[in-house]
Amino acid sequence: MRASLIEEVAFQLIKRASIVLPKDVKSSLQKAYEEETSKLGKTQLKAIIDNITIAERLNSPVCQDTGIVSFFIKGRSLDHKALEESLRRATIRATKEVPLRPNAVHPLTRKNSGDNTGLHIPGVTLMYEDADYVDITATLKGGGSENMSALYMIPPGEGIEGVKRVVLETIVNAGGQPCPPTVVNIGIGGTVDLTFKLAKMAMIRPLGVRHPEEEVARLEKELLELVNSTGIGPMGLGGRTTALDVKIEYAYCHTASLPVGINLQCWADRRATARIYPDGSWKILN
Amino acid sequence: MVEYKLTTPLKEEDVRKLSIEDVVYVSGIIYTARDMAHRRFIELAEKGQKPPVQMDGAVIYHAGPVVRKLDGEWEVVSAGPTTSSRMNRVTPTLLKYYTIRMIIGKGGMSREVADALKERGAVYCHYTGGAAVLAAKCVKRVVKVEWLDLGVPEALWVLEVEDFGPLIVTMDAQGNSLYEKLELEVSKRVRGMLRR
Repeated sequence: MRASLIEEVAFQLIKRASIVLPKDVKSSLQKAYEEETSKLGKTQLKAIIDNITIAERLNSPVCQDTGIVSFFIKGRSLDHKALEESLRRATIRATKEVPLRPNAVHPLTRKNSGDNTGLHIPGVTLMYEDADYVDITATLKGGGSENMSALYMIPPGEGIEGVKRVVLETIVNAGGQPCPPTVVNIGIGGTVDLTFKLAKMAMIRPLGVRHPEEEVARLEKELLELVNSTGIGPMGLGGRTTALDVKIEYAYCHTASLPVGINLQCWADRRATARIYPDGSWKILN
Repeated sequence: MVEYKLTTPLKEEDVRKLSIEDVVYVSGIIYTARDMAHRRFIELAEKGQKPPVQMDGAVIYHAGPVVRKLDGEWEVVSAGPTTSSRMNRVTPTLLKYYTIRMIIGKGGMSREVADALKERGAVYCHYTGGAAVLAAKCVKRVVKVEWLDLGVPEALWVLEVEDFGPLIVTMDAQGNSLYEKLELEVSKRVRGMLRR
């Protein structure tokens, strides 16, 4: 696959993700607006929906925090080095042309690279898929919601009740700060590096699509109901819509551990996926 | 829920009359300031030096805009609020040194900030997080930018705005905080849920 093609597709994906929210997110916000009963909560959802409409009309980024760019790639026999270089070039170009806000800084000196790239950034996750095509997903993750992430090592004896406890604790502590209504993406199990990777895999799954295993799907639904019973509401100003969805991915873990990684996604759930076919043609999937 | 239209520079009586849940639209000049600009404002005051902007009756906006330069003029593309709690620690000091009348941000601020707002006669207003294009539409002009050495998001952007809002007063100059009121209700509900 040509490097210039990957670069072009990745650029188009960043641009689209920054300006147009996926259909599943837009319809979920619209439904939340219709069902919200709190007066203040409704003003916030109205502003959000107006903002989404104007952003599309003006071709402007939906939020000024255009986030940290990450890519998730599914396919086989990919040339890692060429891929990472193409994605880096796409990010630099998007920063200038969309434009994106330059957000990537050195963690200690706080020096801004000015182009949204730096050591290990944009993040690239490769996933094997036995297919002719390659799927690329670009996500733009805002800092406000990322800052509310939490890792818990629950005593395994606490089980599912423990998972509910820590999810509620995280949501209550976060209050209005992660820009609710949020999407709660959760990784359960693994060793801790994998725990958050799982939460990020949950992040790229569309809203309303349940985990294929019934038990996990049930927990997703139960957690969503619990989170929306807190009354935190849109932007933390009170109301019934605190989260648009809860999604879980899991991995096996040590018998002594029950790791739970919670990653909150603000309402501006920016992701765009394209499929590139062997003949070089491609299309945006969401 | 009373609606007000205010023009900068704000006077003490402009903000003392506001209560939590009121809706406000601001016209005039506002300054963006995040973590790094807060630090610089305080450093200057401690050295006895003046900042490059007029601070009496000022409106501080917790935001880092997306900007572009068109024909040599800055243009704000997108300018929603950032999380205000990051500025909790330094805000009482900032309010001590400068006569700021309004802080605009998202997510709310601490009890220490609420007390400082009451003492100094200032309010905290919430603007919908992420509603960045709506916000940019209210920006008529970039008057100037200072402290660009801090990077585009952290710089001090001086913006002329018209009917900037809707802003919700969530911490008023009487020491009330809508966040504290809601937090009490939320924690009571959550205790009930976990007991089941």
